[in-house]
Amino acid sequence: MKIVLENLTKRYPNRNKKIKEDVIAVNNFNFEIPDGKLIGLLGPSGCGKSTTLNMICGLEKPTSGRIFFGEDDVTALPPENRGVGMVFQSYALYPHLTVLENIMFPLQNFKGKDKLSKTEMTERSKKAAALVQIDMLLDRKPSELSGGQQQRVAIARALVKMPRVLLLDEPLSNLDARLRLQTREEIRRIQRETGITTVFVTHDQEEAMSISDMIVVMEAGVVQQIGKPQEVYDDPVNLFVAKFLGTPPINIFDGTIRQNKLYIGEEAVLDVFPEKNETEVCVGIRPEGFMIQEGGPLSCQLSSVEVMGRDTSVVASHSACTQPAFRAIVSSEGAASLGTGKIGFALKPAKVHLFSRQDGSRIRFTVK
Amino acid sequence: MDKKSLKGWLYLLPAIVFLGLFMVYPLVDVVIYSVEEGYNFASQSFFGYGRYNFSYVLRDPYFLQAVKNTLILVVITVPLSTGIALLISLGLNSIKPLKDLFQTIYFLPYVTNTLAVGLVFMILFKKTNYTDGFVNLIIQWFGGSSIDFIEGPYAAKMFVMCFYTIWVVMPFKILILTSALASVNPDYYKAARVDGTSRFRIFTRITLPMISPMIFYLVITGFIGAFKAYSDEVAIFGTDLNSAGMNTIVGYVYDMLYGDSGGYPSYASAAALILFVIILTITCINLLVSKRKR
Repeated sequence: MKIVLENLTKRYPNRNKKIKEDVIAVNNFNFEIPDGKLIGLLGPSGCGKSTTLNMICGLEKPTSGRIFFGEDDVTALPPENRGVGMVFQSYALYPHLTVLENIMFPLQNFKGKDKLSKTEMTERSKKAAALVQIDMLLDRKPSELSGGQQQRVAIARALVKMPRVLLLDEPLSNLDARLRLQTREEIRRIQRETGITTVFVTHDQEEAMSISDMIVVMEAGVVQQIGKPQEVYDDPVNLFVAKFLGTPPINIFDGTIRQNKLYIGEEAVLDVFPEKNETEVCVGIRPEGFMIQEGGPLSCQLSSVEVMGRDTSVVASHSACTQPAFRAIVSSEGAASLGTGKIGFALKPAKVHLFSRQDGSRIRFTVK
Repeated sequence: MDKKSLKGWLYLLPAIVFLGLFMVYPLVDVVIYSVEEGYNFASQSFFGYGRYNFSYVLRDPYFLQAVKNTLILVVITVPLSTGIALLISLGLNSIKPLKDLFQTIYFLPYVTNTLAVGLVFMILFKKTNYTDGFVNLIIQWFGGSSIDFIEGPYAAKMFVMCFYTIWVVMPFKILILTSALASVNPDYYKAARVDGTSRFRIFTRITLPMISPMIFYLVITGFIGAFKAYSDEVAIFGTDLNSAGMNTIVGYVYDMLYGDSGGYPSYASAAALILFVIILTITCINLLVSKRKR
């Protein structure tokens, strides 16, 4: 089931009653979510991603704009008639019911011709439980389960009524780091197996990048960029997206362009042919965009070297960098002989992005 | 005993001494009084030990009347007040405008003096030479004949009594239940909404189980409170409850000690112990039921 969001907007009256202007949580969101894909809504807290999810779910009504599931306009439908399954951040498992009763709960709500017999309900619940691999825990209460198991129960409860769309609100935020890794694979597997169009919300870019077919990066209610994770990472449209994606984060330098040469500080680091004529720019360099080169164009002060096995992380500082120190990831072979003091870098042009100093928009350039 | 636990006992000492002196000793004394037969208040002497005090109390028509009144009061007021309080709390929880105002209004009886409330009920129900009381005026307006609620038939008096008790205990229950309802994680309701759960099912399958510990708390304290009713009766029917036929067990105990027929601490002690056993039994049953439910 594809989901179409058309000019979706949500405004709230301001909490502070003295301010007459509304708070715009989501501003003119347009997106067609393809059928059977896993979509990550990504952004810092307060960017409107949860509001978007709640509007798709039907828990919140959009101020304007429309939502389609396939060809059906569901904008005015209450959540129960939309055929959505929702997994809440807190899981919202009913503590007084067993795992089986929790999973069965949505089925017991069916009325009229949809009504199921008790054996049918049990069977379907057990099938959903088997899908998320908790079929041996059916008689337990939620309080007797680990966080990861509770998460699975919540997913099973959302899936048991065979929804057209599965929605997950910060599904991994309550899990510890190891379980998070495991569970996100699990979500990916379940989504692949069921083929249900799935939208999930997260503020953790790594989480979104690792399992989504597509990610939507939002800030302050406005969609910044939509695309495949790798595309968005390699080709950010603005400074915000570039900064938000990637660990370690992108390194930002103040740079200038003079006579088709990009200067960081007083050193010309790249020959560039920008599409726009701007002299003052922000230079974003991904950590993997640095190559150690003796006498390389970008000379910096080496602070420390962190060996991580396969790669080595080089922490250095430069007066033009916006942070006191920046981080470069280089392969361990080249870093073995690093001493102290000055270090020279050459840059990989594909990993260097230029942004306007005024509005942070991307300035594309060709190398030659 | 090591130094640390010695220190602990030292801290507890003041409380233990005071409780022992003013709680445990009198309690033991009550038990002793209750088995001393033919105790004479003036000479402080008695014939011997036995069960006579209990058998006297259990055959005393005033006591039996008091037990009957108390039981009726308990059986009617505890479920009714809890049920109505739950309905009001649900209402309060689902309205937004004027919620604070209504909450304050519903809480007013709690901070009002018992006897002042008694006065209000007098105005509502008491027949005097000048008026039949407000409620009777309403009854007459609807074409009924007026009833003497304070000195009239037993059922009318019982009605006033129950009405009064429910009205007095309600605010506390509303307070507890509204806060219990507000503390239920709203995600449960959202999840239920997404699953298309009917309002009735949300109430019975989610809300009620979530607040059931609070309901059990209210029922248990409600039972205990209703069994100990006394001052409310005095506020409406005056101090001579026996002649009004509206005495309660605690009232009987008081009368045996200090009333017109006072000076019988042995009977009073026996009655108090019987009340204690009744309350203990009911509380144990309540706890057992609530444990099994969980």
